[in-house]
Amino acid sequence: MPQLVLTDFAPQLIWLAITFIGLYLFMSRVAIPRIANVIEQRQDRISRDLDEAEKLKKETENALAAYEQSMAEARAKAHAIAQENRDKLHGEIDAERQAVEQKISEKMAEAENRIKASKESALSEINAIAGETAGSIVEALIGKQVDKSEIDKIVAQEAQGN
Amino acid sequence: MASAAGDGHGGSGLPDPMHQFEIKRLVPLEIFDIDASFTNASLFMVLVVVIVGLFLFLSVKSRSLVPGRMQSVAEIMYEFVANMIRDNVGTAGMKFFPFVFTLFMFVLGCNMIGMVPYSFTVTSHIIVTFALAAVVFIGVTIIGFVKHGIGFVKFFVPSGVPAPLLPLLVVIEIISYLTRPISLSVRLFANMMAGHTMLKVFGAFVVALGALGGWAPLLFMIPFTGLEFLVAFLQAYVFAILTCIYLNDALHMHH
Repeated sequence: MPQLVLTDFAPQLIWLAITFIGLYLFMSRVAIPRIANVIEQRQDRISRDLDEAEKLKKETENALAAYEQSMAEARAKAHAIAQENRDKLHGEIDAERQAVEQKISEKMAEAENRIKASKESALSEINAIAGETAGSIVEALIGKQVDKSEIDKIVAQEAQGN
Repeated sequence: MASAAGDGHGGSGLPDPMHQFEIKRLVPLEIFDIDASFTNASLFMVLVVVIVGLFLFLSVKSRSLVPGRMQSVAEIMYEFVANMIRDNVGTAGMKFFPFVFTLFMFVLGCNMIGMVPYSFTVTSHIIVTFALAAVVFIGVTIIGFVKHGIGFVKFFVPSGVPAPLLPLLVVIEIISYLTRPISLSVRLFANMMAGHTMLKVFGAFVVALGALGGWAPLLFMIPFTGLEFLVAFLQAYVFAILTCIYLNDALHMHH
């Protein structure tokens, strides 16, 4: 068995020591720090990106909240303005209507007065015409003049009776 | 895996499956009367270190935020070993991450490069795996004593055991502790050697039986090669995770 040749042990051990120590030094000084550095950098980058994303998300949420708040404010303001306008318009319309109604009622009262006056004058003229007509009819019937005041009294009595 | 054909024929006429494990001195060298020759094993150790080092260096060269294919592999290996330590030892074990990662990558590199035909498998030699296991064993024992002082010997005294049984159990505990480097090294070495010997034997069958009957062992060799790749990874993993478990025992002294 070649593995048990004792004279081969010394060179193998010496070269194993040289190569293994060499590899160990290379690993601990160069290779491992480099790989660790790469992995660490990636970890840092990932956590930094996650932080950034978190921050941006918070900002977005804030912006959204601000937007909603201003929206609500604008809506309330619009509502208030609309209400104010409506109230103002209502007041104006009411005032106008009142003025118009007053004018109408004034005109109506005037017209009623006029009607009443003309009715009264017509009525008083009717009595005079009735008296005259009655006098003429009586004169035609009996052929003689009747006292005018007598006839007027009877006509007034009849008009009262009616 | 397989050695150059033609050499090391056994008596049966088939190539010797153990020939691939032979150490050849490429550059004979002697330092203070100690044989330090640059052998084929040394060549492949250097190759593994260079390949593993270059791979881990170049794959993260771009340092991209979104890793490419190679960078992903390097990062997955890194995370794999880091999680292994975190799960088995806890954050206290991260101090030893460079060592465990080096050990895992070295063993994995040796096992994988050993799968290339005509290459040499460094981890198929018991002396190499035993040296690695001994480093782990001695290191872990020193860490245990540094961390807990002389109180680390309590590790060998199981709790809740009747007093008469205690001496026996302490002896068993000590023996089981001392066999750790042996089981750790033999597991890796035996797996590598057995797998590669099998591949060589069946490869020789394919050649010996020729076009007529060679397809039968070839059919077996295809899935078996896949299995060997799995074993190559698995043994590196087992070596690393057992190191973690021993480290955990030394740091936290639970049983």
